[in-house]
Amino acid sequence: MLKNFELSCPIENNNDLITLSHGSGGSQMHDLLSKTIYPFIKNKNSEQSNDAAVVEINNSKLAFTTDSFVISPLFFSGGDIGSLSVYGTVNDLAMVGATPLFLSLALIIEEGFSKEQLFKIMESIKQASKIANVEVITGDTKVVNKGKGDNLYINTSGIGIVNLDYKIHPKNISKDDVIILSGDIGRHAISILAKREGLDFEIDLESDLQPLTKYVQSLINANIKIKCLRDITRGGLAAALNEIALTAIAEIEIDESNILVNNTVFNLCEILGLDIFHLACEGRFLAVVPADYAEESLDILNKVGCEAQVIGNIKSLGISNSVVLKTKIGTRRIIDMPTGELLPRIC
Amino acid sequence: MKYITEYRNKDLLEIYSQKIKKISRANYTIMEVCGGQTHSIVKFGLDHLLPKNIELIHGPGCPVCVTPINKIDRAIEISLLPNVILCTFGDMIRVPGSNLSLQQAKAKGANIKIVYSPLDAVNIAKLNPNSEVVFFGVGFETTAPINALAIEQAKNFKLNNFSMLASHVLVPPAIKAILNSKQNRTQGFLAAGHVCTIMGIESEYNIISEQYKVPIIVTGFEPLDIIQGIYFCVRQLESKEYKVENQYSRAVKASGNIQAKNLISKIFKVVDQNWRGIGEIPNSGLAIKKEYQMFNADYKFEHKIIDNADKQNLVCISGDIMQGIKKPFQCENFGTKCNPLNPIGAPMVSSEGACSAYYRYRKSDVC
Repeated sequence: MLKNFELSCPIENNNDLITLSHGSGGSQMHDLLSKTIYPFIKNKNSEQSNDAAVVEINNSKLAFTTDSFVISPLFFSGGDIGSLSVYGTVNDLAMVGATPLFLSLALIIEEGFSKEQLFKIMESIKQASKIANVEVITGDTKVVNKGKGDNLYINTSGIGIVNLDYKIHPKNISKDDVIILSGDIGRHAISILAKREGLDFEIDLESDLQPLTKYVQSLINANIKIKCLRDITRGGLAAALNEIALTAIAEIEIDESNILVNNTVFNLCEILGLDIFHLACEGRFLAVVPADYAEESLDILNKVGCEAQVIGNIKSLGISNSVVLKTKIGTRRIIDMPTGELLPRIC
Repeated sequence: MKYITEYRNKDLLEIYSQKIKKISRANYTIMEVCGGQTHSIVKFGLDHLLPKNIELIHGPGCPVCVTPINKIDRAIEISLLPNVILCTFGDMIRVPGSNLSLQQAKAKGANIKIVYSPLDAVNIAKLNPNSEVVFFGVGFETTAPINALAIEQAKNFKLNNFSMLASHVLVPPAIKAILNSKQNRTQGFLAAGHVCTIMGIESEYNIISEQYKVPIIVTGFEPLDIIQGIYFCVRQLESKEYKVENQYSRAVKASGNIQAKNLISKIFKVVDQNWRGIGEIPNSGLAIKKEYQMFNADYKFEHKIIDNADKQNLVCISGDIMQGIKKPFQCENFGTKCNPLNPIGAPMVSSEGACSAYYRYRKSDVC
């Protein structure tokens, strides 16, 4: 720590409290995980640096993951907390190449929450499970005092099976591998933000929320050698790329011209001063594949409904980790891991 | 988006880049006043489109960065009082005070709401008659009119539970302070287009330009605005002309926005103002007038904290950075001891701060 300095802009000396930034998927969350969470749960299967853990039991490879959903508002254009809690966990399983099989469902309900809304959310969970081809087979329900929860929190855990003779992991990537992005970015974040208190934007935009299993499986079925997968959630494209770069110690370069952004998303970002690369998605993913497989991968993904593009490649391995953007005007800049919550600016 | 994509046109940028290269012979140092412009320059790498003899330095136009530390402490102090809802723009939430930031006060239990307009805070006061709603009114001439309107609305609605902790700063006195400094190396200014949209360009800027023999280009925020603003500036410097030119004519009228100006002078009076990291600049701030004192949070809530302002700064060089004397990479703590997770100074966390721009988009001189 700093000593013997007299500061008019002092370093924070009370950083022992958790703030919202610690849960935003950016660098503070990574810091919290590596320093405060991981040290206590270290074992041979933890810290796999993937969206789900894969364990081998009796020659079967099982994928296991969990996710909690605290979204506000509960209902948004294109989904609700129910469908999100199914697809969120299903997608984490899909990102290790697993076929999702079973989910658990834990509800934490605030006293006074409307039964009608709960009914709607349960209906949505039913539909989403059907679409994603998973079964909810166990669960738990708790009710907390009024004011001790924000209407409803959901936790789901998921188990899937992996039928691959290799591991999908950032450590597998090689120099010159290409990075494919499955569609446009930011729809989920903007559709939520537009519904938030204080912002009354009437926009015609749906969240990108959807299960990703069929896209990944179509690549696997075509024997595409997938090196690494990452779904784009909190922290947006910036966090997903930086996580890959960090785990693989890779220098990544991406081209802004190849990243699709819906007009409404672009406009809202300009108005509110938000960084498009930091916006969460819930139905988009990155796939790193060898350059030879790029074209075939795009064909396969686009046939099953993606708007996939090659957005960049791996420039180097083992030297340092960075994500560099080639801008539309031909200049270059860093894309950093987001820090803190998404905050609109003053002017 | 109209008025955005046209101003990010690669071919036009290239044309202006070439024009600048063609006409510039000597070395020039140009300051963009506004932090929004700084972010555009670093984010789009606009300085890389310029010849080596033109250096861009970054000005003090980041309202969050120059808000005095004692005002932040005061906001935190008020936010921790019982029954208070403190409303603020998102930018302020991570700025370090003496001990805490507003974000940390929130984690300690303060009721802090991020709003998008001070009028939202007035509305919150209307909806919560049993709470004291305080808006942290920070900003340049751009935010002053809407903050004034919030106070006027609160008065019209007869709200006795709304008040504002105001910390407003003005651009022209800051430009003068930079020019008066012995360390000044600015030869031309890109003035903040949106500030001039409100205040106009008729009086103060003309006087400064004439008196100090310095080109002032009223400039917008998109890449093409900035490159064109630089071109206008270099053109004047080469021909030894010194005047105010309006690059941002699609938004700025010479007389400004008269209604907005009237509203500012109705609610606020010009006062001497302390700028964080820089010091006091005469007549560079706006304070709530006495007749609106009931809406002045500083007056309404008892003072308990010690004034922390004006401590000599040994580690954070934000004052030098905001006066164009140094650049973020020249700070030994940049990216190491000072980073967005542990900011030593406000420019590292403000979305308009120069250090934040360099950290986010550049990290080193590589790109």
